[in-house]
Amino acid sequence: MRAVARIVAEADGRGGTRLAVLRGESPLLPRRTGGSSGAGVTVHLVGGAAGPLRGDDLRVEVTVGAGAHLTVRSVAAQLALPGRAGLPPSRLVVHAEVAGELRWLPEPLIAAAGCDHHARTHVEVAEGGTLLWREDLVCGRHAEPTGTVSLSTTIRYAGATLYRHELAVAPDTGSPAVLGRYRALGTLVAAPALPATVLPATFRTTSSAAIMPLAGQGFLATAVGEDIREVRAALDPMCGAAEGAPGGAPQARDGFLAVGDGSHRVHAPAKPFAEREIAT
Amino acid sequence: MSLATLLVLADGRLPAGGHAHSGGLEAQVSAGRVRDLDDVAAFLRGKLATSGLVAAAFAAAACRRPGRWAELDGGLDARTPSPALRKASRAQGRALLRAGRAMWALPPIGREPHQPTALGVLAHAAGLGPEEAAVAAAHGTTTGAASAAVRLLALDPYAVHALLARLAPACDRIAGEAARHADDAVNDLPAAGAPLLDIGAEHHATWEVRLFAS
Repeated sequence: MRAVARIVAEADGRGGTRLAVLRGESPLLPRRTGGSSGAGVTVHLVGGAAGPLRGDDLRVEVTVGAGAHLTVRSVAAQLALPGRAGLPPSRLVVHAEVAGELRWLPEPLIAAAGCDHHARTHVEVAEGGTLLWREDLVCGRHAEPTGTVSLSTTIRYAGATLYRHELAVAPDTGSPAVLGRYRALGTLVAAPALPATVLPATFRTTSSAAIMPLAGQGFLATAVGEDIREVRAALDPMCGAAEGAPGGAPQARDGFLAVGDGSHRVHAPAKPFAEREIAT
Repeated sequence: MSLATLLVLADGRLPAGGHAHSGGLEAQVSAGRVRDLDDVAAFLRGKLATSGLVAAAFAAAACRRPGRWAELDGGLDARTPSPALRKASRAQGRALLRAGRAMWALPPIGREPHQPTALGVLAHAAGLGPEEAAVAAAHGTTTGAASAAVRLLALDPYAVHALLARLAPACDRIAGEAARHADDAVNDLPAAGAPLLDIGAEHHATWEVRLFAS
């Protein structure tokens, strides 16, 4: 399955933000959510099919113009599944150009046993732009081994690479230098500074979570946990509880978003592949 | 290429301050994540595949293009989110330069570059190639933490060296992979991260009493 979603947010000239482009195709369906109060708009990514599965080739392009404020969330975790053997790994490429403010706060990626998923992220933030970039990973569903995941993230600010990170997770590769026995990891990159609502002094560095001033203009907060709840407890307070959505869990605002309880365990896509193929 | 010169560069007795660092092991021992020889083996394999690969690739790239040391140093900054690890890497880079200046005529390089950048520039000045620089970097990634393991966990030094011998083929493989990237653009060089090393280094830096600097 190949799909491209494109979101372009621009300043509307009256102090607000308008969505100049909001386009997608299954399984990447962006939907505007929330009202038009405040300067920013929120878009939720809605999964239109199970997966990603092996062979999927997905791309999300986000542009936030100067003066625009965009928050991107997702309605459910992204569950990487095995798919048919012999197909190439599933791929998700996210490319963002940010001159205004982008808050990228999706639900976690869950690497189901047997998956082979590659995600590449490239974010260019122009000088004067603001970024909050969250990526959470859960290694396997409840009581199952992790699948194979390879993540590559490049975040640039004002033309210089601020944060360059790759992470490879595979069954039987747990190392106490990398993730150890932890099954959940969350990272949050803020550029050029932490949001004003976050006071680093109130965040206590422990042996499983830290806030790190980067060499360039920005911060990284990293947390690991036995499950995603510990990661959320550490990172969610930095992701703006302003919208009244603790955990960043989406809220059913316009009545059409069916949302779970915000728990990390996703029961949904046990859908047989044949059924999925008919659906596409 | 002189094999003996490579041994001089990779010798743990080189006075470059390496003995003061545990390569992140002390933090993980204290957190209870590394308790015995098997855990040390898993720690070293993970470290080699992540920060070891990055160090080896940057050492190889700095050996190939020592004049680009500043750009490579910036690439390491972007791959080292932990300020404690950046500080440890630069302190070791500075100590390595001091030793290197006594041994060879070094091209211009900053006062306190990251350790892999300094190692690559030293290798270049010593007439070694990128693959030798990479193998010295990968090997150094494991030996420092291994000797710290003997002290932190009171392990049998013979057993720890047997572990290093078992890891030698992995060091060669990582170094080979790293050296194949020696000509890549800085953004395309390996960037394998190790979240527990980052978090552990930050936590470790807050302790009042510790055996190792990092």
